[in-house]
Amino acid sequence: MEEILSVQGVNVYYGAIHAIKDVSLTVNEGEIVTLIGANGAGKSTTLQTISGLLRSKTGDIRFCGQSIVHLPSHKIVERGIAQVPEGRRIFLQMTVQENLEMGAFTRSGGVEKDLERVYALFPRLLERKKQIAGTLSGGEQQMLAMGRALMSHPKLMMLDEPSMGLAPILVEQVFSIIRQLHDEGTTILLVEQNAQMALSVADRAYVMETGKITLQGTGAELAQSDQVKKAYLGG
Amino acid sequence: MNRLKLDRSLRRDYLTYAFVIVAYVILQVFSGTKGFSPTLRGQLVPICAYVVMAMSLNLTVGILGELSLGHAGFMSVGAFSGAIAAAALQNAVPSPGLRLAIALVIGAIFAGIVGTVISVPVLRLNGDYLAIVTLAFGQIIKSLIENLYVGVDAAGLHFSFLKPHITLAQGGRMILNGPMGIPNIGKISTFLAGFILIMLTLFIIFNLVRSRAGRAIMALRDNRIAAESVGINVTKYKMMAFVTSAALAGAAGALFALGQNTIVAAKFDFNTSILILVFVVLGGLGNMFGSIIAAAALTILPEALRGFADYRMLIYAVVLILVMLGTNSPQLKGLLKKLVPGKKGEEV
Ligand SMILES: Nc1ncnc2c1ncn2[C@@H]1O[C@H](COP(=O)(O)OP(=O)(O)O)[C@@H](O)[C@H]1O
Ligand SMILES: [Mg+2]
Repeated sequence: MEEILSVQGVNVYYGAIHAIKDVSLTVNEGEIVTLIGANGAGKSTTLQTISGLLRSKTGDIRFCGQSIVHLPSHKIVERGIAQVPEGRRIFLQMTVQENLEMGAFTRSGGVEKDLERVYALFPRLLERKKQIAGTLSGGEQQMLAMGRALMSHPKLMMLDEPSMGLAPILVEQVFSIIRQLHDEGTTILLVEQNAQMALSVADRAYVMETGKITLQGTGAELAQSDQVKKAYLGG
Repeated sequence: MNRLKLDRSLRRDYLTYAFVIVAYVILQVFSGTKGFSPTLRGQLVPICAYVVMAMSLNLTVGILGELSLGHAGFMSVGAFSGAIAAAALQNAVPSPGLRLAIALVIGAIFAGIVGTVISVPVLRLNGDYLAIVTLAFGQIIKSLIENLYVGVDAAGLHFSFLKPHITLAQGGRMILNGPMGIPNIGKISTFLAGFILIMLTLFIIFNLVRSRAGRAIMALRDNRIAAESVGINVTKYKMMAFVTSAALAGAAGALFALGQNTIVAAKFDFNTSILILVFVVLGGLGNMFGSIIAAAALTILPEALRGFADYRMLIYAVVLILVMLGTNSPQLKGLLKKLVPGKKGEEV
């Protein structure tokens, strides 16, 4: 399998706070890789550094063989990394369809076909395509944020806690979509606090604690690890 | 369905253009008649200038969603650069219409440049900080111009900062005298020029808003983090809206200045910035038609009430409150929505 993303020795600070320390990770083409850890561990900071919203003082980030560490965030989206930010950030005043169309902002043409694909994946969105996004339920908003990210044809899709604040049945739905995207060949970097669900879908996983990566392995390995069981799986 | 929606917003644009044209023709016809009040006739050019000011600020506040408290600063830059240019070109360009056009372009360019320069620090900030910095900007511009002296002679323009002494060759004259401003401006602004500037402003704003860039700007207003995540270049699109807004205000400033006998920097102070903001808020955020009505009505009102000198401000305040209540009452809003194109709450 070909390496698509490689993060090497990245350090990010918020003023004096050293938020992530010497973080390194890789994602191979076609994989689901998950980054799990408690609240405040530095998971979102890691994703935002990859997508160019935060800057690392050291190290390198390579995507498809090229360094992207100095690129502005809109160029990184153009290169093919889509981020679904934490907390369902959608355009509340636009309709569902307009939200999806904004997802294709960096591209021109072919939007119709992509809309069809997203609507096939999320039939709920098709039913509500003319509805103002602010009136959607939490689960629907999460679907919309994911659908919007898909509209940019990402080579790598990064999801920041897609299950946060959702009812268990909706969490199931979100994860079944993630599996489906994986089956279609989309490469995914998934950040989660819900370790159980994340490990169940992941090919490989990293555990993050207070800004450092402390464990890594295949999803199955980590699900069996005592350390992970104790800290994240309640036993 | 998407097309239908587009048609509706386009129809609103055309109605706004049509309204401006009809209003211009009616006023132009009546301003020739005897019964037309001379005060109102004198107000036609300032009304046009304030209408453009309100629409341009609405681009920053309503469409981009950033609160700016220094919009009069851009008007000032346009007013002084435009008036200086017109004075300097007095002999070179004898046609007043052409001189006015050049002055408006120069006012727009200078305000656009100043807008670009201050947008670098300003657009890194959000919300309250941005408001505070734009407020300071307005005051700084005022102080700078109050200390600027400009003279012209055969060799061209001469500038001096802080020191009022400029030695000019024979036949030379002072144009700008620091705090005394520019006296004896040859009034070359016309109602027709004001009308053209309003139409041009509408054209620029509507085309920007309906473009790909416009969608990016409105997406930024709606949710900055989401906008970044879909690959919108935040700085670029914020700057585009902000600089366009500044340049239009510069043109409005030049139009205004060249319709006055005298202009002083103190005229374009914080109160003026707030006044323009009041037009925008009353007319509705993002609603250009509303800005036109609010700016025109509230510019005429104090003049029309001059006869009731003692109660003038009282009536003005009451009208302000009524309009505010009106635009916020759902019943009235519903009624207005039926009567006028694009009332508050809808984009542009
Ligand atoms: N904007 C910020 N300013 C200062 N500190 C921050 C900011 N965002 C996050 N942090 C801190 O950085 C650390 C990592 O945060 P984050 O990446 O959001 O963690 P996670 O996503 O794993 O919950 C935390 O200690 C958090 O308090
Ligand atoms: Mg987080």
